[in-house]
Amino acid sequence: MRNETLINITWKIGAIALALILTTLVLIAADAPPLAAYINLFKGSFSSWVKFSDVLIAWVPLMLVTSGLLITFAAGLWNIGIEGQIILGAISTTWALRLLQDSTLSPVLVIILSILAGMAGGALWASLTGALKTFGGVNEIFGGLGLNFVAIAFSLWLIFGPWKRPGVASMSGTEPFPRTLWLPALEGMRFSPWSVALAVLGILLVFLLLKGTYFGLRLKAVGKNPKAAYLLGVPTWQYMMVAFIACGAFAGAAGAMQVTAVYHRLIPSISSGYGYLGLMVAMLVNYQVVWAVPVALFFAALNIGSIQLPIILKLDSSLSGVIQGTLVLSVLLVEGIRQKFMKKK
Amino acid sequence: MQVELRNIHKTFGKVHANNGINLIIPSGTIQGILGENGAGKSTLMKILSGFIHADRGEIVLNSSRVVIHSPADAIKHGVGMLHQDPLDFPPMKVIDNFLLGHAGGLFPNRSDVVRNIKQLSDQFGFSLDPEVYVDALSVGERQQLEIIRLLWLGATVLILDEPTTGISLSQKDKLFETLKLLAGQGKTIIFVSHKLEDVEHLCHRVAVLRQGELVGTAEPPYETDALVSKMFGKVIKFGGRQSIQVGDVVLKLEKVSLEDSRLQIKDVTLNVQAGEVIGLAGMEGSGQAAFLQACAGLVRSVSGKILVKSKDLTGKPYHAFKKQGVAYLPAARLEQGLVPGMTVTEHFVLAEETHGIFINRDQAVKLAQDRIKTYNIKGVPASSIESLSGGNQQRALLALLRIPLLLVLMEQPTRGLDIESVMYIWSKLKERCQQGTSIIFISSDLDEILQYSDRVMVFFAGKVSPPLEAASTTVDQLGQLIGGKGWDGFGAEVAHAQ
Repeated sequence: MRNETLINITWKIGAIALALILTTLVLIAADAPPLAAYINLFKGSFSSWVKFSDVLIAWVPLMLVTSGLLITFAAGLWNIGIEGQIILGAISTTWALRLLQDSTLSPVLVIILSILAGMAGGALWASLTGALKTFGGVNEIFGGLGLNFVAIAFSLWLIFGPWKRPGVASMSGTEPFPRTLWLPALEGMRFSPWSVALAVLGILLVFLLLKGTYFGLRLKAVGKNPKAAYLLGVPTWQYMMVAFIACGAFAGAAGAMQVTAVYHRLIPSISSGYGYLGLMVAMLVNYQVVWAVPVALFFAALNIGSIQLPIILKLDSSLSGVIQGTLVLSVLLVEGIRQKFMKKK
Repeated sequence: MQVELRNIHKTFGKVHANNGINLIIPSGTIQGILGENGAGKSTLMKILSGFIHADRGEIVLNSSRVVIHSPADAIKHGVGMLHQDPLDFPPMKVIDNFLLGHAGGLFPNRSDVVRNIKQLSDQFGFSLDPEVYVDALSVGERQQLEIIRLLWLGATVLILDEPTTGISLSQKDKLFETLKLLAGQGKTIIFVSHKLEDVEHLCHRVAVLRQGELVGTAEPPYETDALVSKMFGKVIKFGGRQSIQVGDVVLKLEKVSLEDSRLQIKDVTLNVQAGEVIGLAGMEGSGQAAFLQACAGLVRSVSGKILVKSKDLTGKPYHAFKKQGVAYLPAARLEQGLVPGMTVTEHFVLAEETHGIFINRDQAVKLAQDRIKTYNIKGVPASSIESLSGGNQQRALLALLRIPLLLVLMEQPTRGLDIESVMYIWSKLKERCQQGTSIIFISSDLDEILQYSDRVMVFFAGKVSPPLEAASTTVDQLGQLIGGKGWDGFGAEVAHAQ
């Protein structure tokens, strides 16, 4: 048993080494000094508290999205529509804030309501994918992808149409909300401990759900073998639907954080690609909840660290994407090779 | 073309699917191949048509030895096979199905091909329109398409695997006419079937396979009894039967009709009593699986009523049946019954009723340990289910059944198990019957059916026999019924396919 763990770790290290080699090759091909690039990536995310707090700002939505995806993956579903669910979450939050900003309700209540609205919006959007799959026979990958485009178009229409800034519509988004409606941040920083608390709560909830509850076990059974799960008495499609809705609520919460804690308005591409990034994190950790936390932090750090690459090394910041992508591909590739190798034995 | 099979051997794991088969088929002959499921018919035909390779042995065509690597290779040698499920492409046109298998250049000459299709169709009196989409054709027409396609590709040996399943009577007549015509032209026809009547009616000679061996050949006039005893042979005896005192009606079927793409079952009426065991006999695909699933609400009946404990559950889903104490165990254990990747304990948690939100691990492990002991499963609670052997998986599947249960529906409960496991599993099942649980099960082992059932129903191409008393039925009688003989005696009692 111990031997097996050791072998597993060896394979994983092999995968990371492969990713590092591939990325280095890309850097050399781009005529950039690899070592300097890596050092700057690290410095860009961990050299000061302000920078680290930026990493946490990116970690929150990524962690929320990943938590949600761990639920759908457990049910054997590919929720590619996660991006659209984040966007709908952000739209719903913005809608609630616009509706309530002039009311007499206390700002705290308004913020809480708007976050709940975001979760509901994400859940509703996800339930569309689920309904398309269950009642229309549309594979969730195609349904979700289609709905992503609809969500993007919807947000753009709002920004340039009904919700445009007085006088001028622009790519910079809707009119920012007053400071009282921002999720409270730490003095002198953009980072809000409340949003981190929400993300931590989210992952704890998913951990408990999948580890110790009947619901989690039955969900996993649906994911691994829906036919057998049905014969064992699990209402299969209902469970899939619930998985979609739960994941959508998480994505909606991520969208709500983007609005209330980061941008304080609706902007185009409010999801910042965290949905797709979350899919990569979930795949990378092989759907294990515990590992999702550090890996999401690592991915967030890569994103933030790469911001200063253009300034210092004249490198494009998309390097972080290259590293993330090659890492996921290497891990999946190594896993594939390992399974082939094991089968032969 | 003369086909000669010399000493063909093929094993799958421990199973000797073909064991030293020798057979010579002269050209112009319609050769019947008879045998029950798993006798090795399909394996032999797949070897001849290049789908699989023999471990040992030779194929000789027109006295020259050939090695056939693939189906495409086979057709180059003139051997074409018609599969039980047509291997065509339904969303494409007839003509495109023709062009697919043809090694033509980049731009096939469509008009030539259309002319060829018409010529061949006319020759046999088929009415195939090259421009029609294949999914608009009936099974019989798809068969006709496949026959002329193989002939067009130059087949001189035609292998047909259970070709009369799923086609109408008139299409069957047409098919037989065509096959006789082809034999008259000197083509070699190999007709694989379990239907005695068809074989006796059509074939110039018959070879019977049982458990991978060629156990006999026959020529007309055929003796049905002799063929049946060759097909089924004599298997191990299980010891004395035990009957059980039966109680109230637990399942009531009133004129239930079923329909799928292949066959129809009409107006089955049945009362199952508490503690009773009913065995369903018949060749695979004769309708018994659909019937069993209908009893569980997994297949919806087109008409009639299904009552469980006098509660009308017609049209209700499986979970409604399950709630009333009905359990269904599929034949494909790992594909449908169990969840690979989960442990034995987790399976018990899934199968039992839930209490609260959180799983009580200790209690679950204890339950798993208990059942592992009771059912003599070789494994521990933390074993992943797929790591167990087939026999132990089956025991686990049975151990998952809740207590008490009203009715257990099982598809091939002991297929692939050694005799010891079979007897153990049945002793467990009979214990449950003592407690009032009824059982309906499908088996292809006639001895098992007669041994453990109180009553037997035979299925043949959608026809359903009235329940027969197992004690007064013999293996030979069952064998005849399964092969479609001796149905006249039932008269109006038979639930008929239209």
